[in-house]
Amino acid sequence: MNTPQASSASYYAAAYQRLSPLLPGGGLGWLTQARRAALARFARHGFPTQRDEDWKYTSLAAIAAARYDLWPAACVDPLAGVVSQRALAGAHLLVFVNGRLHPGLSRPGDLPPGVRLNSLAYCLEEQPASVDPLLLLGAAAAAFADLNLAFMADGAYLHLAADCHLAAPIQLLFIASQANLAIQQRNVLWAAAGSSACIIEQHVALGEGSYLTNALSNVVLEAGASIEHYLLQQESPAASHIATIDVRQQANSSYSSASFAFGAHLARTGITVALQGEAARCSLDGLYLTAGRQHVDHHTCIDHRQAGGTSRQLYKGVLSGASRAVFNGRVVVHPDAQRSDAEQSNRNLLLSDKAEIDTKPQLEIWADDVKCSHAATVAQLDEEQVFYLRSRGIEQAKARTMLSRAFAREMIDRVACSPLQEALDEALREKLRVMSC
Amino acid sequence: MATESMQLEALISREYQHGFSTTLETDSVPIGLSEGVIRLISAKKEEPEFMLEWRLQAYRHWLTMSEPEWSTVHHPAIDYQAISYYSAPKARRDGPSSLADVDPELLRTYEKLGVPLEEREILSGVAVDAVFDSISVATTFKEKLGELGIIFCSFSEAVREQPELLKHYLGSVVPYTDNYFASLNSAVFSDGSFCYIPPGVHCPMELSTYFRINAINTGQFERTLIIADRDSYVSYLEGCTAPMRDENQLHAAVVELIALDNAQIRYATVQNWYPGDKEGKGGIYNFVTKRGECRGDNSKISWTQVETGSAITWKYPSVILKGDNSQGEFHSVALTNHYQQADTGTKMIHLGKNTRSNIVAKGISAGHGHNAYRGLVKMAKSAVGARNYSQCDSLLLGDKCAAHTFPYIEVKHPSARVEHEATTSRIGQEQLFYCQSRGLSAEDAVSIIVNGFCKEVFQELPMEFAVEAQKLLGVSLEGSIG
Repeated sequence: MNTPQASSASYYAAAYQRLSPLLPGGGLGWLTQARRAALARFARHGFPTQRDEDWKYTSLAAIAAARYDLWPAACVDPLAGVVSQRALAGAHLLVFVNGRLHPGLSRPGDLPPGVRLNSLAYCLEEQPASVDPLLLLGAAAAAFADLNLAFMADGAYLHLAADCHLAAPIQLLFIASQANLAIQQRNVLWAAAGSSACIIEQHVALGEGSYLTNALSNVVLEAGASIEHYLLQQESPAASHIATIDVRQQANSSYSSASFAFGAHLARTGITVALQGEAARCSLDGLYLTAGRQHVDHHTCIDHRQAGGTSRQLYKGVLSGASRAVFNGRVVVHPDAQRSDAEQSNRNLLLSDKAEIDTKPQLEIWADDVKCSHAATVAQLDEEQVFYLRSRGIEQAKARTMLSRAFAREMIDRVACSPLQEALDEALREKLRVMSC
Repeated sequence: MATESMQLEALISREYQHGFSTTLETDSVPIGLSEGVIRLISAKKEEPEFMLEWRLQAYRHWLTMSEPEWSTVHHPAIDYQAISYYSAPKARRDGPSSLADVDPELLRTYEKLGVPLEEREILSGVAVDAVFDSISVATTFKEKLGELGIIFCSFSEAVREQPELLKHYLGSVVPYTDNYFASLNSAVFSDGSFCYIPPGVHCPMELSTYFRINAINTGQFERTLIIADRDSYVSYLEGCTAPMRDENQLHAAVVELIALDNAQIRYATVQNWYPGDKEGKGGIYNFVTKRGECRGDNSKISWTQVETGSAITWKYPSVILKGDNSQGEFHSVALTNHYQQADTGTKMIHLGKNTRSNIVAKGISAGHGHNAYRGLVKMAKSAVGARNYSQCDSLLLGDKCAAHTFPYIEVKHPSARVEHEATTSRIGQEQLFYCQSRGLSAEDAVSIIVNGFCKEVFQELPMEFAVEAQKLLGVSLEGSIG
């Protein structure tokens, strides 16, 4: 049988045979077993197709057909310039090049006691006892999570001890420079009771190569912990970026995430939040700007499992060219999750007549004492506003850019971390310039 | 509080009021489905060759399909070979030629349901094409409508007398390949209503049909086709009640509406079929395909539905907005109590320029009821300047019920504007308290609040139905707070 599924499964199986001695944590029986099980699951199910409800609007044909390299070559590109340009003032910086920690470029700085920030490969090799198997294996089984588990080699491992507050942000800078590489990156963010931190995850590229980033983050917030998690995706225009974020929250914890998707040819961000403790709060923001033939897909799922949880979602998109955006937001309120409060909103601006948006906000409510709402809008720029600006002597293209920027700025204004805000504003300007051409 | 909750208990558990069945001699086709059965149905109805051919094509296509599994409804597997696909009240000599000839038992059944045909003819000005089980037994006001050139008759009659019109329009909105249940219906449909409004005619009365399921194990496969020609207007009412049954009865109807240039069709439904008892036993499975096509410019189709009955309701009245400036509307109240499940919503497919659609869906869940809104708003590349506004609200009464919202929005043109809003909440405790502090009983307070919640939809109903709908909600919901 030579179907794409069978052949991609055999390709990955052969690659695993070859690479397994190199993968970190080879001495950990549970990990090797889990890697093999994940690979077997992938062989059975393959990549999802558009017949799967979760992938109805996003085709993975290109990823399924590609034969990515699964191990990076040594990077010879000069990177210091890129790093100094992107490094945020005062942040604890870890730099990953093609999915591997680059110690020479990283500047973790002085971390207060109680904060452990390492590379995952280091933890698996040197401190295997500190790695909780349940944490790494917890994410829902799905094609990309399985591939990630089978091949994950590195990423950031953050552990915050109880009541430890990290004032400066942690910046994780992922640089991709090698074409045709599949980067299987895994981050662990673990905040013990009462701790707090701000994490900025940034994906950038050298050059315009086609590669795949398959990033998976396991985020755990114990009681009363608080995490701000920013995702800034500026991958190369030919790249595919698949991000899976699995968040588990205990009582009174607070997780807020903001995703800024500017790059990649195909980008998909899936965030699953389980509010497992009472009165947990989560807030997911997102901004996507698409041009050319870009395809950006956001899937969120918030599981209100316990009483008194609050969730907020606001996703905004600006689409130009023949680009396409997908938003699928799902809120589930379980029978015991009384007094849940969920709000979800998706607002889209279509700038061209070839762009397409498919949005699907969903509510599944199994409890009665709840307050849930969702809203979705799709519209173009208000011609009256454009006319007003033009009557002030501003040319058409500029007026449209100004109004698009005003629409998108709201998401940047909501960012609490000010050095990041500036970087985002710069990225937004640059992206809008590309989009108006 | 204890006595109050006992009262509530009594009210919640109130049994279906329209449960009775009439003993009639029925003339059923043997149980099961095969080409032979389809040929038999077609022969019994003296259908022309093209009709039989169409049924057989549908049947052969149906055999290649499998039952859809994507909805949130759950039910035991349906054995399609255990259903009798045709039953007609046995003809007395050559069938009834006037009301006086109709089986008196039948007429009494209608009276119990509050459909006194003779009275209605004189008093209310509603023309009734009454469907008892699967065959039309009495049609009123025919002459009056005939003067205007309006054709309003049973589907079988239309097959015999209007074959050209039928051939032209049948299956043009819901093809026999559309979906599993529509294919099944196309193969075995027994009867239904046909309505044609000629150009420029404003139909002077509300057209109405009463469906009723009576014979044991008889699936009902109604088919309705309404055509509003240029510049015409018609308002159509469909109301349903069914007698109590222990076995689940399958109902897979198809409704097709076609509006040509400047025509308007209003289609209203009150559905109160047997929902099963409070343990979730029995009840009707209602798998319906309803679709309208605004084929002409400036045409308008509006669906209004009040769904309180059936064990399972699975229906998505849709509008294809093909003509420029055409309009589609969907107003719905769906109520689920006990173990009822409703998966309902609409599809608005915008193809023409400046097309508009408006969706207002209200879901109420009580007891163990499951209520899902599932809808699609699609703006095609050609839908310049199209607009949609959707609002879906869910009200939860009780802690074991569920309410879901699954809207799909697909936009391919930048000048299209789409807005969707949805809320889910519990009945307001402050509102309840306020009403009770003014001396209303708990159940009256709930009734008032729920009726207020549904007001936007009820306003769209013709007067006769608005009254019935409010009563229905009152009965089904009083005291459902816990």
